[in-house]
Amino acid sequence: MTTDLVVIGGSWGGFEAVCHLLGALPGEISAPIVVALHRSPKSSNDALERMIRDCTRLDVVGVEDKRPLHDACIYVAPPDYHLLVEDGSLALSTDDVVQYSRPSIDVLFESAADEYGAGVVGVLLTGANADGASGIRRIKARGGMTMAQDPATAARAEMPRAAVETGMVDFVADLDGLAARLAEIVDPAAPVDARDPAARGVHR
Amino acid sequence: MVAGAEDDRQPGAVHRSAPSRVPTEDLEIELLLEAVYRQYGFDFRQYARASIRRRLWKRVYAERLESLSGLQEKVLHDESCMERLLLDLSINVTSMFRDPTFFAAFRSQVVPLLRTYPFIRIWNAGCSTGEETYSLAILLTEVGLYDRTRIYATDINAAVLQEAAAGVFPLGKMREYTENYLAAGGSRSFSEYYLSRYDGAQFDRSLTDNIVFAQHNLVSDRSFNEFHVIVCRNVMIYFDKHLQDRVHTLFLESLSHFGVLALGHKESVRYSVAADRYEALDDHEKLYRRVR
Repeated sequence: MTTDLVVIGGSWGGFEAVCHLLGALPGEISAPIVVALHRSPKSSNDALERMIRDCTRLDVVGVEDKRPLHDACIYVAPPDYHLLVEDGSLALSTDDVVQYSRPSIDVLFESAADEYGAGVVGVLLTGANADGASGIRRIKARGGMTMAQDPATAARAEMPRAAVETGMVDFVADLDGLAARLAEIVDPAAPVDARDPAARGVHR
Repeated sequence: MVAGAEDDRQPGAVHRSAPSRVPTEDLEIELLLEAVYRQYGFDFRQYARASIRRRLWKRVYAERLESLSGLQEKVLHDESCMERLLLDLSINVTSMFRDPTFFAAFRSQVVPLLRTYPFIRIWNAGCSTGEETYSLAILLTEVGLYDRTRIYATDINAAVLQEAAAGVFPLGKMREYTENYLAAGGSRSFSEYYLSRYDGAQFDRSLTDNIVFAQHNLVSDRSFNEFHVIVCRNVMIYFDKHLQDRVHTLFLESLSHFGVLALGHKESVRYSVAADRYEALDDHEKLYRRVR
């Protein structure tokens, strides 16, 4: 099973972390990346997309309902919406906040797990609450791969720690370590076997 | 077949080589929605899977059940459970002047078009508990057009329509709504529009003078009038591609030539059958003008 989708979640300090991570990836990768960052419902969507665009070689594409996902493109959850994936496309909802958040990382991760199963890599970064832990659990239960920022290196440790404490995280590292691992997994030049997280001997 | 299906429900059953989705769960969702349709006539079969899956599981847990199949059994035999499920599936959370920039754009770009009509018909499709409908009524009042406007506010769910008609919203929300209202270009004091009561903010009854609240199902009902504006924001995000196309066709049948379609900020006509029938009046605010 190769990686079909990468989902990334972050909260407090998440913007810097996600920029660091995405900035370290090459401009050609073999999967789309969908990002959910906690933010104020009134924050500017365009501003966040612009800032992320400035720190990555990948394309940052505007989010719209039913927009098909493309490899090497980044999609950022807009403020005050949940972002989900379905049938290889984006889906949105304005349902109630989950874990006090909209966008919720759990909502994104769980939909990714349900739709992409073993083809998902979920990455949870810094944050000050427990959003994402149940999404990590679901990704793992559906055969996907899970990563978390080493809580000791995170701006806020609570969120990655809650994920690690589920016992369902395959790979824990600082941002450079996560980026290096992610780059291997989604490297389009690598033979398919090398892109398979399972085949690379990751403890699962 | 029956035995196999039961095996899959055993705790701890693992789909090791599962393709992307979990087939048993997909089947359970399909059967549950089919059961709801056949027994009660509510058709959620073409709702977007990712969201409806979350909503269904929420109801499973709230009923203290363990599976989607369990929910199907309960819904079939217990009408009150169906009523609760209907609320879960049909209520879209909204707020007054949600996305203030949209209402500001409506004021600056749609209102001038509306001034050219002697009588204005607006369809607020999927109005839910009415926050958007009242926002439109307030906006039209302030630009002096409300007296010659009729807003048809429709929803699939009769219970939310009753709430909408009552016009009582939580007091705790008024601060947020006031900020939204001002950011949307409101020209008065927002508190002029409601009275604080013990159970909530009662909005001015005169705001509903020209609103018709009516039950209408976008999935199965037909066009019922011709409108100058159709406002349907963040409703179709819950529909799958086929149902979205059906609703877009329904809107084309219901929109006058050069009429305006307003969608949610993250929606677009681009991926629909109606893509070439509209021109963007304001692409960012998702205001489209029918040109064909």
